[in-house]
Amino acid sequence: MAETTASGYIQHHLQNLTFGQLPNGGWGFAHSAAEAKEMGFWAFHVDTLGWSVALGLIFVLLFRMAAKKATSGQPGALQNFVEVLVEFVDGSVKDSFHGRSPVIAPLALTIFVWVFLMNAVDLVPVDWIPQLAILISGDHHIPFRAVSTTDPNATLGMAFSVFALIIFYSIKVKGIGGFIGELTLHPFGSKNIFVQALLIPVNFLLEFVTLIAKPISLALRLFGNMYAGELVFILIAVMFGSGLLWLSGLGVVLQWAWAVFHILIITLQAFIFMMLTIVYLSMAHEENH
Amino acid sequence: MNINATLIGQSVAFLIFVLFCMKYVWPPVITALHERQKKIADGLDAASRAARDLELAQEKAGQQLREAKAQAAEIIEQAKKRGTQIVDEAREQARVEADRVKAQAQAEIEQELNSVKDALRAQVGSLAVGGASKILGKAIDQNAHAELVNQLAAEI
Repeated sequence: MAETTASGYIQHHLQNLTFGQLPNGGWGFAHSAAEAKEMGFWAFHVDTLGWSVALGLIFVLLFRMAAKKATSGQPGALQNFVEVLVEFVDGSVKDSFHGRSPVIAPLALTIFVWVFLMNAVDLVPVDWIPQLAILISGDHHIPFRAVSTTDPNATLGMAFSVFALIIFYSIKVKGIGGFIGELTLHPFGSKNIFVQALLIPVNFLLEFVTLIAKPISLALRLFGNMYAGELVFILIAVMFGSGLLWLSGLGVVLQWAWAVFHILIITLQAFIFMMLTIVYLSMAHEENH
Repeated sequence: MNINATLIGQSVAFLIFVLFCMKYVWPPVITALHERQKKIADGLDAASRAARDLELAQEKAGQQLREAKAQAAEIIEQAKKRGTQIVDEAREQARVEADRVKAQAQAEIEQELNSVKDALRAQVGSLAVGGASKILGKAIDQNAHAELVNQLAAEI
């Protein structure tokens, strides 16, 4: 363990490996939380990006491998596995989205599998991957967080991409006028043009909050669940460091129990993120709801 | 937990993965899925059609079998009838032939009898003449009494 105290241990586990501009003007990794904060916006969480891109690559390459050999005859084991997921996602999309779009189903599949993979890293014992990072880098104080979805940057990044798609499809389907009208003429409408003009700011305020709440809630729901889950794992891991035998024993049991429960959470959160994306995009496709 | 450019990086990575998935992963898999669905539907269709065909064929075969049986029975019946007919004809023919043979034999016998009678008659005439001449001692003229002798012979 890099830090000796419990709070130090927890803090170390909640800090990302940040790459950005150092106070001395050069570029490099931040060595402390304060230094990472100092870097401002133009800094990268290398661990988050690295793990998410690596897992994303695993996803696309694995699925590409299956897709390349996809046959309508007897499927192999990999194709079978991929088909189960594809069929599941396709069914979910067809249930909620009634238009035709070449984007939504692959988008939903990507979200589901990718988010699930990123979440699944949470099941790896909390110290293994950071210790591995320490072994590889040789730096005893290097922070490293393996679960990308416990970084709000990752979840917000995905949610904003979804948000951009929502805006894009809203404008594409309803036109700019229709989209603006949806933002300003609901929920309060009036036949009198002056009253309507007065109601526009109120409507806009309400509808804008509704609109912006979509990506924010999408991102924060996933982040909150995964962050809380990771924190519980870290707290359980602190028990092992207590040095008391009975507490460590309890920790083993709790670790196991929480991991089992977490299997449900990681799947559920991936599914919810996918489902809400589909629902939001189908709402964007519907005229005058 | 700072909000920083990781956000942008994550968005870009996300969009690239989605694009890749959309271009290279989703279409082949979903096409294969739909194709297989169609294949299975076609297969089931063909199976039900084949079952129906089989039923029809069985019905047809049964009918043909019944027809064949009926025909066979008819042929056997005809053959039996023809057989008795042939036997009757043969019997009739045999009877006629036998009659004919019998009649011929009788005619032959009759003819033989007649010729034997004639020969006997001639011999008896000459014997009677010879005997009478022997008894009367050459008194009888062969020529003068030939008519009488022949009359005698005809009477025998």
